[in-house]
Amino acid sequence: MVREIKCDINDKEVTLLADLRLSLAEMLRQNGYFGVKIGCGVGECGACTVLVDGLPVDSCLYLAIWAQGKNIRTVEGEAREGRLSPVQQAYVEEGAVQCGFCTPGFIMTSTAFVEKHQGRACTREEIRQGHSGNLCRCTGYENIIRAVERCQKEDLDKETGPDQE
Amino acid sequence: MFDLDSYQKPETLDQALDMLAQDPQARLIAGGTDVLVRLREHKGEFRCLVDIHDLQELKDIRLEDDGTLFIGSGATFTDLMESAVIREKVPILAQAATTVAGPQIRNMATLGGNICNGAPSADGAAPLLVLEARAELRKAGSSRTVPLTEFYVGPMQVDLAQGEIMTGFSIKARDYQGWTGHYYKYAMRQAMDIATIGCAAACRVQGQTLAGLRLAYIVAGPTPRRCFRAEQACLGAALEPGLLDRISGLVLQDLAPRDSWRAAKDFREHIIQTLAQRVVARALERNGASL
Repeated sequence: MVREIKCDINDKEVTLLADLRLSLAEMLRQNGYFGVKIGCGVGECGACTVLVDGLPVDSCLYLAIWAQGKNIRTVEGEAREGRLSPVQQAYVEEGAVQCGFCTPGFIMTSTAFVEKHQGRACTREEIRQGHSGNLCRCTGYENIIRAVERCQKEDLDKETGPDQE
Repeated sequence: MFDLDSYQKPETLDQALDMLAQDPQARLIAGGTDVLVRLREHKGEFRCLVDIHDLQELKDIRLEDDGTLFIGSGATFTDLMESAVIREKVPILAQAATTVAGPQIRNMATLGGNICNGAPSADGAAPLLVLEARAELRKAGSSRTVPLTEFYVGPMQVDLAQGEIMTGFSIKARDYQGWTGHYYKYAMRQAMDIATIGCAAACRVQGQTLAGLRLAYIVAGPTPRRCFRAEQACLGAALEPGLLDRISGLVLQDLAPRDSWRAAKDFREHIIQTLAQRVVARALERNGASL
């Protein structure tokens, strides 16, 4: 039942041997990607969210073998050369992390959300809807939404220059 | 780890049909958002899988020359939300897709799986029912087409034979041109929830009369259902304020909501009647009509 899987994980080409009965979340954790958290295991909580070809998916409900030929992104690949990604930095600035268990999944959802809506500041309602597949028991979501707003604003400022007041 | 005995990955639809024909135990997996949950619960029924996840042949969404809209069973809810042709021709389907679970699930879950699963709470079912969608089914060596109203045969039971694959849905031009629709999902939460009641309506207006009405509900009976009696009774009715009351007074005749831990029967009946009014009113508004 073991198959060879070739895919890109965080921009690195990898070849893994995986039991085809594994979920992608299990396979990633077995290979050291512990940022992928398994919370509910049934696609309710979003803690295991990774990006597959840019789309957020619950890796607990995704067979490992489906990763064949895909581009997978986990939280481990977001910081580059010791610098946090803009989404991660915004989470820090806004204090959007408490216990941290849901954070890797949230970071990946926010990353896909910010990349998808590049060049446009979304409404709070859009941000809430875009993050409705991730549960957080600590923060009450408010700081997470602020972090996404901040990240989008900084992104726009970079393009157009900050508001002149 | 999922409890699998066998796993086959076809590269084409024909291969998938052959694999299903050769192994009577085999079941299909597409998006996996229902099947993998049941496998995780060690349900024996899905131990032998034929994997049609990402099978390109099933992902097509296209408008045919005669105006028929074809939606491949492998289209995900995200595909439906983002498809230009769906948003233009049958916006009610894109609208219903946004109410399904959350973004991660919508990126995986397929319309075909939502229907073949047989759940009375399938958000995809209500809009497809008011669009008179037909299910296209293939078997090694044969194919057939079944109106969605007849595809649902009982609680968690659909008219899908062993060895058959639902390839998609077709919607005729006459069933969406001139019609406007609306879908509303009543649930405890705005996302990641199963409908307490879901209601879809489609209307056609001629002058000051209702030239066509289609009304469908989910979680209001053992299967998603149309309200044919209310629809027929109101055909040709004048667009006047009493019309909505008349419709909501008739809808329960075709429905059979029940008590469950999610909601009591009488509460469901109240929601069904309230939604009949609101959803039909919105569908009419989209047609430029008001009461």
